[in-house]
Amino acid sequence: MSIRQQGRRTWIFDEPPGIVGTAAVGGPREGRGPLAADFDQVLPDLRAGAASFEQAEQQMEEMAARLAIAKADLTPEQISLMFAGDLINQLTPSNFTARSLGIPYLGLFSACATAVEGLTLAALAASSGVAEQVLVVSGSHTCTAERQFRYPNEYGCQKPPHSQTTATAAGAAVVAAGSGPVAITAVTVGRVCDEHISDPFAMGAAMAPAFADTVQAHLHERGLKAADYDLIVSGDLGRVGQGIACELLQAAGISGGRLEDCGLLLYGDDKQVFAGGSGCGCAAAVGFGHLCRLLREGQLRRILLCATGALLSPLSCQQCESIPAISHAVALERRC
Amino acid sequence: MRVKPQPEPWYQMIVQRHTPPRRVWCNCLCAFIGGGLLCSLAQSALFVLMEFGRLTRQEAAPLVLLGVILLTALLTGLGIYDRLGQKAGAGLAVPISGFANSVAASMMEHQSEGLVLGSGCNSFKLAGAVIVFGIVSAFSVTALKGLIRLLLG
Repeated sequence: MSIRQQGRRTWIFDEPPGIVGTAAVGGPREGRGPLAADFDQVLPDLRAGAASFEQAEQQMEEMAARLAIAKADLTPEQISLMFAGDLINQLTPSNFTARSLGIPYLGLFSACATAVEGLTLAALAASSGVAEQVLVVSGSHTCTAERQFRYPNEYGCQKPPHSQTTATAAGAAVVAAGSGPVAITAVTVGRVCDEHISDPFAMGAAMAPAFADTVQAHLHERGLKAADYDLIVSGDLGRVGQGIACELLQAAGISGGRLEDCGLLLYGDDKQVFAGGSGCGCAAAVGFGHLCRLLREGQLRRILLCATGALLSPLSCQQCESIPAISHAVALERRC
Repeated sequence: MRVKPQPEPWYQMIVQRHTPPRRVWCNCLCAFIGGGLLCSLAQSALFVLMEFGRLTRQEAAPLVLLGVILLTALLTGLGIYDRLGQKAGAGLAVPISGFANSVAASMMEHQSEGLVLGSGCNSFKLAGAVIVFGIVSAFSVTALKGLIRLLLG
């Protein structure tokens, strides 16, 4: 077996599986942002000809999946397992994508951390020998998430400056055992952390402790320093959450590494998204589209992608529950 | 009633350090200007209807209200109202435009689920509370007023 446990929750892949094909699809705002060049396809508008925003989200996921499979020089029939997830109730966009592709499918939910959860399980499946090629897909749509978690899209309420905007994007990756230019060398499974934040707009503050917890565990269990990674990338903490995470890591004695955030990379200084991007598609598109390209091209050698998810529902918020959060980490390395 | 959980003071302090403050005074000013402009527009319409349309105040007032509702629904449908609402905040939420927007936005949102079960059933998703508590409080105040009158003879 080429996989072993190190510490309590880190898995090390001695013969690392690799990412053989990736694709990212973005919405119109994402397509105008700093990562425009990293999208394989950009939707002309939020609906893109679909009958509903939910359908547009599903089409986006399917598009990303098909592109990633094609870029890996494979066909859907050659993929033996698919992990997918999104933010919509009962994961309908992912379920419908799996229906179209006909690939054996396991649906996942850990909110915005779903892409990395998928990558973790795909690496496990590929390296354990149960599936040769595994597909990971995750996506989100700003209009479907707004409607499900907050208010109707056209409702004119005032959003606070610390709120985040759900990304309209989808990302897909094909993981295969022992090959591919980007290797998955280790993963750390997150714990659910809750610092009793109950403001559903304060996602960054709710998720930062989970991020700090997972990064700390990963570095400790592997005996690494933050500076051993070229980049430690959080999923979507946004401007507020990133500041909090820095402080939490410093308090835990971790310093020196370079921190970036997918939600900030995706939009840059765009004031219209408030404190940054969020959503399943954010970490998926930035991770699989942008960061994997930098690794392939050699601009980065070793990164820790640590996606964060807020595990709330509109109901739990109204019932005065606090917002629990989770963060899974995956170490990606350029294969020499 | 359950109470919202609060973070520990140490974490609250860290969060506060990194959370941009809400610009209360700026928001108040924007609400004042936005709401003021809307109300001035409605007042001018009332004046025009009474002066040039030869209507009484009782006849003109409902027409102005309908006009504001129509304008809000139109701006909501065109996707402009939510941007104005982000700027003007309570200035647009408190007048009847806020109510009209909540109904129009909910109906638009649920269009994909059909006319009756989608738009129809969900139209008062947000505004329903205003109607329920509006009627309950109107009834309570009127009942109290009647009771006091009865007692005082």
